[in-house]
Amino acid sequence: MGTPLLRIEDVSVHFPVRKGLLQRQVAEVRAVEKVTLALQKGEAFGLVGESGCGKTTLARTVLRLIDPTEGEIWFDGQNITSLSGNALFPYRERVAAIFQDPFSSLNPRQKAGRILSEVLQVHRYKGDIRTRVEELLNICGLPPRFVDLYPHQMSGGQRQRVGIARALALEPELIVCDEAVSALDVSIQAQIINLLEDLRVKLNLTYLFIGHDLSVVRHLCDRVAVMYLGRVMETAGSEELFANPQHPYTRALIDAVPDPDPDPLAEATRAHSSLGGEIPSPLNPPSGCVFHTRCPIAMERCTAEIPPLESVTKAHEAACFATTPTTETTTTTNGR
Amino acid sequence: MMTDATLEPIPADIPQAPKRSRMRSVFSKDRKAQFGIIVLGLFILGALLAPLIAPYDPNEMTLDMMGSPSGEHILGTDDLGRDLFSRILWGTQISLFVGVATVAISLFFGVLLGVLAGYYGGWIDMIIMRYIDLQWAFPNFIIAVYLVAVFGTGLLNVIVAIALAFLDDFARIARSMVLTLKEEQFVDAARVQGFSDIRIMVFHILPNAMAPIIVQATVSVSYAILGEASLSFLGLGVSADTPTWGLILADGRSFISQAWWLGVYPGLAIMLVVLSINFIGDALRDALDVRDADI
Repeated sequence: MGTPLLRIEDVSVHFPVRKGLLQRQVAEVRAVEKVTLALQKGEAFGLVGESGCGKTTLARTVLRLIDPTEGEIWFDGQNITSLSGNALFPYRERVAAIFQDPFSSLNPRQKAGRILSEVLQVHRYKGDIRTRVEELLNICGLPPRFVDLYPHQMSGGQRQRVGIARALALEPELIVCDEAVSALDVSIQAQIINLLEDLRVKLNLTYLFIGHDLSVVRHLCDRVAVMYLGRVMETAGSEELFANPQHPYTRALIDAVPDPDPDPLAEATRAHSSLGGEIPSPLNPPSGCVFHTRCPIAMERCTAEIPPLESVTKAHEAACFATTPTTETTTTTNGR
Repeated sequence: MMTDATLEPIPADIPQAPKRSRMRSVFSKDRKAQFGIIVLGLFILGALLAPLIAPYDPNEMTLDMMGSPSGEHILGTDDLGRDLFSRILWGTQISLFVGVATVAISLFFGVLLGVLAGYYGGWIDMIIMRYIDLQWAFPNFIIAVYLVAVFGTGLLNVIVAIALAFLDDFARIARSMVLTLKEEQFVDAARVQGFSDIRIMVFHILPNAMAPIIVQATVSVSYAILGEASLSFLGLGVSADTPTWGLILADGRSFISQAWWLGVYPGLAIMLVVLSINFIGDALRDALDVRDADI
């Protein structure tokens, strides 16, 4: 396995809420809370959760658009948490992003050709920029005449292809896909997902794929982390996670995925563990396990202690007292 | 696995950059804008050709004092026997120049301040906007009068004074545009690609913020022309021997009951130019407002 390409260590992102004339900090939004993840080279890593769970904030932190309040981000053995300005430039070449909304992620006043050539120019691309631009369009399945089109002259799927071409321009190693397909029509989604899959194999890319659509993430990713209210609840290989979810939140998420071909018999007996209530405010997260307010199997202990993320099996971790052997039991068994 | 059949069909009739620009199609329909362009065009032509077509020297005095409009003096003469038509024609040069120069200066500095404040936020925003608020608290014209009173009269001082007075409008508009645009994903995308702040501001934010700024500029040109006229009227404009519309109006004020043409014609000139510019501004707003749709 070797050193992971991207390592997120104990990263927390808190946004201060300021009020009044003196701008005193009255509260803070805990968007991301002590998240630790590692991405191996060549892997597609999914990050799922409801809206507001902090997954986009985490992605923006990895892209260094936001500074983490605590914790460190390591890329290929280098700590990039405190780099800024020019020192960040090499990292910018190796990490790219694909954004959610293809209507807002392209500058409306730039033609596709300019969008692609600008990044090449800024990074002093050695070689013919024109050829490279056409090559990039070609990789993403667009004919060369798109060079002269403005974003508003393209469809959503075509724009997203330009967005992907832009991400590929500098031959990055890691691509952060923030909800890269969720703003597209279902039929276009499938094409873009297939394109992303092809590119990963062809160009040996690593993906950090943020999404809320479980079936998309399952299809595209090797490993998945489930986030809730800023914390990672469960991490596992994607097949393992969907076949054998350990955390009650993950189970609820998977149950909520509509079945395209429901079996009426099984449907009648299926245990609907749909969640009640709303996601609590990250301004004032619940004590103990953040999920206990909506958890069907919450215990006394969950309101007081934070369950650590512990291995259930090899490469499968969950943060729940009900699934992992408690620390006390382990200690007593060992102590005997 | 996936094959190359992933391509969505690309329709053959994809617009190949529209032949007729949006600007032209708006102006070809808007009658008022056409009126504005023609009238303003005539004034600009008149200003440029003033040395050639003015029948008299604007400061040449004749014995025909306060002569009513006639074949010899088509708009009449003033109390010192100077030809009104020649004076208004020469005044057009000054008025239009003051209008354009003023707006160019205040647009440049106002947009600069507004973009810096909006993009960086924090204490930079705080300092710039408190100054802009301070200026906002006084009527533009009072500021211009005050500045001319301090620095003295003269063409350059008048331009600087009016430009400073209009600065806050541009700064405010630019800042509010930047605040919205900053949240757009293409700005995030630019930052992720490692673009410098200056590149992001100049090539990514500004081009998308220009529409309301251009519209404000046309409005400000007409206010600047009125401002120069008002300052001259109060005797705070350019020097007394330079014919400007405000000065002509001020000179004629005392004789308005005997010589109506001394008030009406310079007033009419101001009105026509200001009206034309506003019509053009309205059409520009229509043409630039919607970013994403073609007509």
